[in-house]
Amino acid sequence: MSAEKVKDKKSGNGSVGVISSIFAIIVGLIVGFIILLISCPNEAVGGFVTILTGALTHGTKGLGDVLYQATPIILTGLSVAFAFKTGLFNIGASGQVIVGAFASVTVGIMCKSLGGVHWLVALLASAVAGALWAIIPGLFKAVFNVSEVISCIMMNYIGMYFVNYMVKKTPAIFDNMRNQSKPVASTANLPKAGLDKIFAGSSANVGIIIAIIVVIIIYIILTKTTFGFELKAVGLNRDASRYAGINEKKSIILSMMIAGALSGLAGGMIYLSGTGKYIEVVDVLCDEGFTGISVALLGLSNPIGVLFAGLFIAYITTGGFYLQLYSFSTEIIDIIIAVIIYFSAFSLFVKNVIAKIKVKKELKAESKEGGNK
Amino acid sequence: MSVVYFVVQQMMLFSIPLLIVALGAMYSERSGIINIAMEGIMLMGAFAGTLFLKFTDGTMSGQLQLILAILISAVVGIVFSLLHAYASINMKADQTISGTALNMFAPAFAIFTARIVQPEHVQQVQFTNTFRIARVPILGDIPVIGDMLFKNAYITTYIGFVILAVATYALYKTRFGLRLRACGEHPQAADSVGVNVYRMQYAGVIISGALGGIGGLVFVVPTSTNFNATVAGYGFLAIAVLIFGQWKPIRILFASFFFGLMKTIAASYSGIPILVDLGIPSYFYKMTPYIATLIVLVFTSKNSQAPKAEGIPYDKGAR
Repeated sequence: MSAEKVKDKKSGNGSVGVISSIFAIIVGLIVGFIILLISCPNEAVGGFVTILTGALTHGTKGLGDVLYQATPIILTGLSVAFAFKTGLFNIGASGQVIVGAFASVTVGIMCKSLGGVHWLVALLASAVAGALWAIIPGLFKAVFNVSEVISCIMMNYIGMYFVNYMVKKTPAIFDNMRNQSKPVASTANLPKAGLDKIFAGSSANVGIIIAIIVVIIIYIILTKTTFGFELKAVGLNRDASRYAGINEKKSIILSMMIAGALSGLAGGMIYLSGTGKYIEVVDVLCDEGFTGISVALLGLSNPIGVLFAGLFIAYITTGGFYLQLYSFSTEIIDIIIAVIIYFSAFSLFVKNVIAKIKVKKELKAESKEGGNK
Repeated sequence: MSVVYFVVQQMMLFSIPLLIVALGAMYSERSGIINIAMEGIMLMGAFAGTLFLKFTDGTMSGQLQLILAILISAVVGIVFSLLHAYASINMKADQTISGTALNMFAPAFAIFTARIVQPEHVQQVQFTNTFRIARVPILGDIPVIGDMLFKNAYITTYIGFVILAVATYALYKTRFGLRLRACGEHPQAADSVGVNVYRMQYAGVIISGALGGIGGLVFVVPTSTNFNATVAGYGFLAIAVLIFGQWKPIRILFASFFFGLMKTIAASYSGIPILVDLGIPSYFYKMTPYIATLIVLVFTSKNSQAPKAEGIPYDKGAR
């Protein structure tokens, strides 16, 4: 065990991170409650309880829906987190999602002869499309030093218009009456994998299991492989990594591609669920990409943290659906999430403070020990 | 000729908000604070401004009402930007995270509040546009220039140019500007000669808040008669303009003209005969501004003249 690892364990970085995330969540919920109180005092308590427990009030259906909601945002969250770990801010998840969605829907409609593996091929297509879409910001960053934040944002808009154009001009995909994509073949819908029996009436499917497997794979890549180590090293210091013999340009492009593949996969998951979601031809960026940023930040860019953060955000979003019983609009959920992210930025500071205090205590203890000897 | 006049008039409507917002972002970044919250700040400014326009409709003359609305947008922008300043200066938070949080907060807050405060309980804020100046007296009679700049114009265009002049002067010719720039390049050095770095950075962010708020309203008013909790990615485009303009005011002016032109082509190519004849699908025109941004960034990012200390929280203790 290296010296650094020992230090890490001593100062308990992991638990401090969790504490600061929980601190951010609590502050976010309090701010949400205050906003509810100001806007409509009589219904504030009822509305707040609905947000917190709404997902539980409909038995296993609610829980299954949480898993269904969590699937794409865990993947986009993982995408953003992976890029963060390698020193990149992938704000382009939105574009990668929609391009991935388009690829999966195209395969889902066109390639009907694939049979049992149809859905798997469609999912793979979405990941490949996402990865290809992310090459551009990766390449521009590596070769031309273009800020990936701006190029990713541009790619979001280009992706949105591109997919709208492609859907509209392909008669096999476009449903003229509803101005959206046609439904995919039934073989392309994600199988339920028995989850429909456990969570009766919900939309849960094999997607969540795949998402968890992907989380584990990414965790292993980042923490246990040389490849992951190189990516992280480039994220920490590009020049030092080059000096150490790492091909830093290749690393940047590859890590953008992996991030893009994860987001693309999320797009596939959304539109292959068979839950009545189609690619609508409207000029609106898709939400799941931006929720991914929240999930990654709340999960402290740690794959396992992302899993729980995704589940948490899906949980309060599902609770938010039941808010319609009250006079509040569901945007309160987005407000709460935004406040949580704002305070999770503080938690980096909180974390440092706690770590400093711990180090000081240790130093004192050590000097005392020394004195006693 | 009339097509050229039309294009220039339209271009101003897109370029001026970009110019104002990019100048705002410039002040923040040159003080050392990255502000990707411009999108959210614009949105909050536009929201407050349009709400004011809606509720004071018919109570005062058009131009006075617009100027008051602009002031309100600026104040709301400042208040909102203070959240970013506090997080990034006092708490030394990651500036990208804090900015992202504000960007997420703004649309949700605008929709939530619009539904509550408006009697119709809808998320769109409708307002009547009585602000278009068909022709400025005297100046409108100047050949060519009069047709381009002083017909079918908005007072906001001239406000934009005033802001440019003041911003350029303040940045390069005043003590304040020099100190602000020093904080963005080398805050430790600035501190060592007695400049209060934190105060300068607060000033930078507050200016970005004021101009961002104004820019939001200036964007919405000429192009629409209702505000639907979005400024269509203009805050982000403004940051691209800032980078393309290499953090310098006059270059930012040209960069925003460039993007304004691209945006004009995207929005009103159907009114430009030459482009209609080409028969290219409308989606390609819609993509043009974003593709152009990417290409331009490829050529300008290699020798980036970004402020050296931007994005790094200033810590007095670290020398």
